[in-house]
Amino acid sequence: MIDEVFRTEWPKLVAILVRDFGDLELAEDCAQDAFVQASQKWGADVPIPDRPGAWLTTTARRRALDIVRRSSSYKTKVAELEVQAKRGPRPGGAGELVDEQLALLLGCCHPALNHEAQVALTLRLVAGLTTDQIARAFLVEEATMSKRITRAKTKIRQAGISFDPVDRTVLEERVDAVRHIVYLIFTEGHASSSEAEFVRGDLCDEAAWLASLLTQLLPGDSESHGLHALICFTDSRRATRLDADGIPVMLEDQDRCKWDRRKIAAGLLSMRRATELGELGMFGLQALLASFHASAPTFDETNWKQIVRTYDHLLSISESPVVELNRAIALSFVEGPEVGLAAIEPLRGPLDGYVYLYSAEAELLRKLGRESEAIDRYRLAVGCDPPHAERMLIERRLGELGGP
Amino acid sequence: MKYALLLYSSEAAGPQTEEEMMAEMPEWFGFTEELDQAGANLGGEALLPAATATTVQVRDGNRVTTDGPFAETKEVLGGFYIIEAEDLDAAMAWAEKVPCAPYGSVEIRPVMEIPEQ
Repeated sequence: MIDEVFRTEWPKLVAILVRDFGDLELAEDCAQDAFVQASQKWGADVPIPDRPGAWLTTTARRRALDIVRRSSSYKTKVAELEVQAKRGPRPGGAGELVDEQLALLLGCCHPALNHEAQVALTLRLVAGLTTDQIARAFLVEEATMSKRITRAKTKIRQAGISFDPVDRTVLEERVDAVRHIVYLIFTEGHASSSEAEFVRGDLCDEAAWLASLLTQLLPGDSESHGLHALICFTDSRRATRLDADGIPVMLEDQDRCKWDRRKIAAGLLSMRRATELGELGMFGLQALLASFHASAPTFDETNWKQIVRTYDHLLSISESPVVELNRAIALSFVEGPEVGLAAIEPLRGPLDGYVYLYSAEAELLRKLGRESEAIDRYRLAVGCDPPHAERMLIERRLGELGGP
Repeated sequence: MKYALLLYSSEAAGPQTEEEMMAEMPEWFGFTEELDQAGANLGGEALLPAATATTVQVRDGNRVTTDGPFAETKEVLGGFYIIEAEDLDAAMAWAEKVPCAPYGSVEIRPVMEIPEQ
């Protein structure tokens, strides 16, 4: 229960403190402090108040003012800050502090920060993860992550990166960066670069939550609903993506009964919103692709024709050899492996050295019974130094084909 | 806040002949005028080519003089503006309007505020 309060109230509290005090460090510390106090206070005997946000805001604000008053460097600012701080807590409700929370997200994903910093700040300031949790999720030392966050905050302060609410045109320009960072967090969790954990659920959960927050803050934005749908569909397969040995399971071999129906339902809901709101963008179209898989009762019943058409649509917006490769694979299910191979042929140049090019070719050759060619392709794939789990899959295939 | 916009470009890029330079001048005048109008122009200069640069260092108490700019890079510092902008976004909006931005680079550096005693 207190976790739920934490979830929804944390970004609002940080956003309100950043707005009123204009200092990330102060906002973060005071928000943290208010939550620690709340978790000590609320429990079995003392129920959580009806509007926990108001209590948290008052507590955090009081602490922030204390710190500001005591700090000599802020002396000149105190008068101004006190006026701002007197605005007082705002009424509760789902849609409150929308501009402030968006400003917080945009600030964390500011283009003047590098991706690592954007990811870390978003997880810390918006999702409310501790530095230690973020460090563990990215398999780095806590000190390293702490330094990364401090460096980012220093840059924000010294370079004058603004966390003020922005107008609609700026928002439309910049929100794409936020969506990409959220998706980056998801892919980091989903196809982790680390050997030990191919799927890191905690990051997937955080990304799903962030995407959902974005749809609440921007209910009329098709792409944000698309992003949320994409994450829901992809994540619904989490339990089936690896076998007992930790080797990735191909889509056609996954046990669909174990797909998370609730996530699929949430994805379909967002997918519908995204479609109703207008033309699908990059995330919306990728979500649509994932929805065809999510809604197919068996692999054989997958609507491959629609999938190929959707890839065509995607390619008409933005050319990409990787997308063309995926289209070629989908096409092989409609028109057979030979047609798929022919479609991959022209991609050999642009995707030279790309592990999934070789493994896709190998897969199709194997289906055609051209085993020695398949073995050659799998060997090329291994040569690309694929992620650990992928390598195990390729090696297993090689074993089945009788190659070393 | 005060920002320095440092204008870098390869001397092989942008206008080469005197004619081309003259043709680009209205763009520079226009940009400077826009800065002035906004009350954002705190100063700036255009620099002569890097071939005219001299670099001085003091090492072990001795002056060491080198011919040329500090860093031998393809893109060299060609000029700078000092501007007043509310925040980094505002400074970035100015930076993208600098006439050499399409063929060079504009580095934005916040100017250090020295506290008054």
